[in-house]
Amino acid sequence: MKFSVASDLFPLLAGVLAALTCGLLGNFLVLRRQSLMGDAISHSVLPGLVIAFLIASTRSPLVMFIGAAVAGMATVILVELVKTLGRVEPGAAMGVVFSVLFALGVLLIEQAAARHVDLDAECVLHGQLESLVWYDAPDSIDALLSFKAFANVPRQIWTLVGMLTASAAFVLLLFKELRLAAFDPAMATTQGFNATVLHYLIMLFVAGATVASFDAVGSILVIAMLVCPAATARLLTDRLGPQIVWSLLIATGTAVGGYAVASIVPAWFGRDAVNAAGSMAVTAGVLLSAAVVFAPRHGLISRVVRRRLLASKVARDDLLATLYRAVEAGGPIAIGQARRLLAGRSPSRVIARAGRLGLVHIDGDVVSLTAAGRAEASEVVRRHRLWEHYLVGEAGLAPDHVHATAEQLEHLDAAPPIGPASDPHGRPIPARDR
Amino acid sequence: MTVAYHRKPVLWDVDYDAPPNKLIAIVGPNGAGKSTLIKACLGLVPRASGQVEFWGAPYRKARSRLGYVPQRESVDWDFPVSALDVVCMGRYRRIGWFWPVTRSHKQAALACLDRVGMRDYASRQISQLSGGQQQRVFLARALAQEADLYFMDEPFAGVDAATERAIVGVLRQLRSSGKTVVVVHHDLQTVPEYFDEVILLNMRVVASGPVRDVFTRENLHKTYGGRLTLLSEASEAVARAASGEGPSR
Repeated sequence: MKFSVASDLFPLLAGVLAALTCGLLGNFLVLRRQSLMGDAISHSVLPGLVIAFLIASTRSPLVMFIGAAVAGMATVILVELVKTLGRVEPGAAMGVVFSVLFALGVLLIEQAAARHVDLDAECVLHGQLESLVWYDAPDSIDALLSFKAFANVPRQIWTLVGMLTASAAFVLLLFKELRLAAFDPAMATTQGFNATVLHYLIMLFVAGATVASFDAVGSILVIAMLVCPAATARLLTDRLGPQIVWSLLIATGTAVGGYAVASIVPAWFGRDAVNAAGSMAVTAGVLLSAAVVFAPRHGLISRVVRRRLLASKVARDDLLATLYRAVEAGGPIAIGQARRLLAGRSPSRVIARAGRLGLVHIDGDVVSLTAAGRAEASEVVRRHRLWEHYLVGEAGLAPDHVHATAEQLEHLDAAPPIGPASDPHGRPIPARDR
Repeated sequence: MTVAYHRKPVLWDVDYDAPPNKLIAIVGPNGAGKSTLIKACLGLVPRASGQVEFWGAPYRKARSRLGYVPQRESVDWDFPVSALDVVCMGRYRRIGWFWPVTRSHKQAALACLDRVGMRDYASRQISQLSGGQQQRVFLARALAQEADLYFMDEPFAGVDAATERAIVGVLRQLRSSGKTVVVVHHDLQTVPEYFDEVILLNMRVVASGPVRDVFTRENLHKTYGGRLTLLSEASEAVARAASGEGPSR
């Protein structure tokens, strides 16, 4: 499969532009936990488009935009109404409103089709990326960059460029206001940044992005792009600025990757290219799943690894502390005893690892602390006994009730408050030797 | 002033004139309309009747001189911002529409974090802070507003002892610099110690005025009705207020 300017450039460009526009605005939907609103708007603009078309009998972008914007605003208002009057949760309100409006749109289309009007529900869902063929495409790079070539750029591309520019300007100019209104609407409103107005502005842009993307990429890709890039980016960072940058990179990657997959993968099996918009939406889902598993801090793998590391540190601390107490009591400790202590926490591995780290010395059947192990063990026991002292002295617990709690607190990074030289049971609290 | 939700009034005939330069507590049982009173003052919930004036002017004109600390649970603490970002939000009205947050505003915000003992946590994402630390970030954000009159909704709810001390310290600093603070408060015990004035609220204003005159067993009984367990806890506090141990300056 070779990239051809005539048949591939515009579909790819339209995909990227739509992905960027929706991905950018999607950040604010995800932040407000209103991703479903993107879904709702992109479905319920359909009747708006049809009605606008029936009234004006033209598919000019301006008419379509006005129809969609009105429908989008109506959706937001209807959702609010259903939510407050019907006393249902927001998700249910959105679900009710958009399914009814979408159904209305389908009915209207059928009625229009009966009168031989050119509207197609299919292309609303899937878009018609592949139809964006550049008929007299220039054959050299020089010709591509000349003014004459621009005359043939399809309307959909210009609409998308306009919408992306407008959305980018909107987010750049109102970044701090949008962030405040999403985080704390009440505070925003008391400060004179009316959160409701800002909310409606976002929805207006979402409606606009939906229409602009619609006839190129279809509503499935619009919904995927409003949610997936932002949700993926949210897993990769804990700051809004970087989140937005990530979401744009992911949106671009999704569009390009999805387009490539759509044309390349079927060719391996000797089949025709599949729907590019659908393939982009699937790619978006795959990237999101990958982030859920592999994200550096919030990902499943890193969470499991963190938990494992903590568990093995706790087991090692417990082993060292037990050996320390055994020395205190005057006896060495048998390996079997250590195993029983660590029952259920893979004892052999914990002991072997402590041995590799040079913390314990294993001599036949007896485990003992090395110098390094003794230093670390005394720190653990010190924490444990200081916490016991704190729990008895400050939290008012009985001395015979504090061991289990201290057993957990000793593993914390937070240092216990300093205390005397002996614990509530009269045992010495080891001094800090580092 | 009267406020209603779904035609059911939640606040009736509230009439109160806040004295300047005081720490004022709003106390009352659950559902008494304490938060609603604050929100109605700030125009966040519509009023059914009556009016609220700040220094003789309507709310719109007084916006820049008003600070608001909402309940901690009212926002999403998983939001991708740092503590410093949140405090900077207090400067937004000064910065105005469209302009970005400049270095000098960040410095001012850092100074506010410092006043609540949270400077070291400036770059932490807010979900990594404890509840008390989050409350202090909210307080720092209010300080960053440099308002003259503050409304705080349950700033002491569920905070640790260190945070409670920090908040009380800040409240006293605010008073000594001539500010007025209205606080929704739930702990009757500490009313005489922390506050100068008190509004006893249970859908109506049961009583309002200086703690020493108003914070009496009889008034509390009227406010809380038959909830005697609460009252027995409060009676100790009332006794302290009466003995003049009250608001320390």
